[in-house]
Order: sequence, then C-alpha cells, then structure tokens
Amino acid sequence: MKVSYYPGCTLKTKAKNLDDAAVASMAALGIELEELPRWNCCGAVHSLADDDLIHQVAPVRDLIRVKEQGRDKVLTLCSMCYNSLARANLLMRDDEEKRETINLFMDEEMDYAGEVEVVHFLNFLKDEIGWDKLRDQVKVPLNGLKVAPYYGCTLQRPRDVAIEPPGRFELMTQFLEALGATAVHFPAADLCCGSYQILGNPDAAKDAAATILEWAEKAGAEALVLSCPLCEFNLGKKQGALFEEEKIMKMIPTFYITQLLAIALGLNPQVCHFELNDQASVLLLKSKGYPIEFERDAA
Amino acid sequence: MPIKISPKTVDKKFLEKLERLSGQKVHQCFQCGTCGGSCPMGEHMEALPRKIIHMAQLGMAEEIEKLNTCWVCAACHSCNVRCPRGVDLPRVMEAIRLMTLRKNNNYIEPSELPAETVKECPQIALVASFRKLTS
Repeated sequence: MKVSYYPGCTLKTKAKNLDDAAVASMAALGIELEELPRWNCCGAVHSLADDDLIHQVAPVRDLIRVKEQGRDKVLTLCSMCYNSLARANLLMRDDEEKRETINLFMDEEMDYAGEVEVVHFLNFLKDEIGWDKLRDQVKVPLNGLKVAPYYGCTLQRPRDVAIEPPGRFELMTQFLEALGATAVHFPAADLCCGSYQILGNPDAAKDAAATILEWAEKAGAEALVLSCPLCEFNLGKKQGALFEEEKIMKMIPTFYITQLLAIALGLNPQVCHFELNDQASVLLLKSKGYPIEFERDAA
Repeated sequence: MPIKISPKTVDKKFLEKLERLSGQKVHQCFQCGTCGGSCPMGEHMEALPRKIIHMAQLGMAEEIEKLNTCWVCAACHSCNVRCPRGVDLPRVMEAIRLMTLRKNNNYIEPSELPAETVKECPQIALVASFRKLTS
C-alpha cells in the first residue's frame, strides 16, 4: 500500500531521526511512504488574522500536490506541519469566500476544496494498521521502559484539528503499550514547550520547557516521547542548558515516536540516527538491553 | 493605577480593527481568567490575557501596545480550548501583534540572531518566529 507523505523541511535536515525511522518502520509494516512531489514549506504556523490569505497559499499548494496524485490522504509526522496543513485544509473546505479567493489567486493550480484528508502518523497507525497488528509485529518489546507521552500544543489544539480530543492521551498511550513500553502519565503532556519563543523570548520558553521536564521526571518517567522537532529542540537539545542554569534538577532523555517504533520493530538502529539524540538517550536504551549500536561519528 | 474612562478615551478605531482582524468579539469575555490560568507563558507577561481583553473592551489601545503580552504569547491555544465564552484569544493576540508589525516594526530582527542560534535551530522555529514576530 502506497501513501502520500509530507515530510516537511526540518525532517529532511535536523530531524532525520524522525523521518528515516518513520519511512523504515512503515516499510516494515507493509506501507510505502511516497514523498510528495514538489512539496514546499507548510508555513510552520497557521495565520490567525481574518484577512491574511497569502500565508494559506503554501500549505494549500501542498494539498493540491496530493490531489494531483489522485490520492485522498496525506500522512504527516511533524506536529507543526500536521497542524498548519490540517488547518489550511479546513479553511478551504469550510469557508467558501476564502476558498474562492485563494483558488483564483492560484489560477495555475487546479481548484481545491479540502478534498484531501491530512492524517497524523499516530492516527494512521491506529486506523490503518491497528494496535493489535502492530503488537504482533514487535520484535523487540520495549519492556520496562517508562515513557511519558508528550503531545505539546499542535497535536491537540485547536479542537477541530486535534488528533484526539484535547486532554485525552490515548493515542500515544496505546502506541507505547503496543510497543511493550509503559506509558507514564504526567500533567504536562499538552503544555506548550515554549515553541518558537525560544528565539523571541528565550527565558519564557526555557521556563515552559523546564516545567514539562520536571513534571515528567516527578511522575517517574525515564524518557519523553514526542513527534515535533521544535518540541525536541526545546526539551531535548536545549536540556543541557536548562540543567546548567539549574532550571531542572535531573536530565531526562527524549525520543521521537518513530525511533521507539523502529527499535521495537527490530530495524537496523541506523535508521534512527541516534547520533542526533543526546547520548543519555542511547545509554538508556542500551541499559534496557535493546540492540542499539551507537557511533557518534556515524553522521 | 486608577484610569478614567469616557467616550473620549475609548479608541473605537482600535476596537473595530481588532475585531476585524481577529474575527472575535472581545465583549464576549466575562473576565473569568481561565486564559491566564492556562497560559504556560503567563509568568513572563506584563499583564495576563484577561487584563488585555478587558483593556481592549475599554479601547485602551496605547496601554495595550506598551505591554509585552502579545509578544510573549506562543499561540499554543491552551486558552482557546478552555475559554468558556468561546473567545479565540490567540487570534486576538495575533491581531494586536499585526497592528504593530503592519507598520513595519519588528519584534525580533532576524539579522541580529547569533549565527550559532540560527545554525542549531530547527527551520520550523525560524519560520514560525519570523512569521509571528516580524513584519
């Protein structure tokens, strides 16, 4: 089965560990992720002003690429891509006046009216593969790994594009349980990681990230799992700085959902690009006895 | 700080613009404060969103523009999903930001970001912050 896949810019560079692990895992599950031809930036954030249509053009073009392929579904992974594509899609489906303006502006493209469904990786796993089948495919059960499922903002908000209703965290919980891991619930699963404010207001963003890490640690999680490269940056890559600044008392490894999936499916750890993770992340997996070969210089 | 409110102090143009850009009716807010209680960036704001909405209801344009609230908001929509009055507050914040940005005033200057930061940041952080914080 072939599925249209929108990776987005960050997955092709700084978050290869999210992308490659996804493509390889899906292949192992019998799904070929076919990268969308001529995809462009999703816009990263949705424009919230009523009169701003120009910023909807980029995500709508991506959706048109899917329609051109004759497909009715596009799979995304990065939470920000998912959010901006899904919201642009709803706008094109539900707002007749704006739809006409945008279609007229992009006269060289075929008309679009929200025919494509934007699907997040987790929902695809649940609906198209199913947790039972996934569980059957697991070669290396992640037994004994206590993971806090972290959603952040864009997977659950606003309500009309939520991958599951805000405040419920069953998708990631069931995903983790299918892999054999233990989901550790903590009260900061949908708190904002500080997002792009790491550039505009770094102190505020760092405090937001520290709160999340503290709660996860207090709840007894050994690691955090997420699906957004910006969350990973604020909570993972910048974690050392948070520790040095004494904003957090203990470090906690972070993983992308697809990395844990690939490991559980028994795939070659190279597809996980662990060289892009913190070394503590790999040490944790090694300490659990999972077959992880890690060479920091492999990148 | 006591303030005087009269028809003369209410900046009606500001209010009209705010409601047009955001598509929201600020008078729907009944000041419960759920937004501020839900805000992960609240402690870094000079005034919580509830207060900004109240000031908007009173047409206090200049005072709102002096506060950092709209610039610290990360558009995470925590307030939006919890608001009992259905006010889409991130849209109100965006409208306030745009009233400054559309006059060609940036909140951050991309050219002034340290090279190291640009190098290590994921692209989505750069694109998102330039989209929200520059004109």
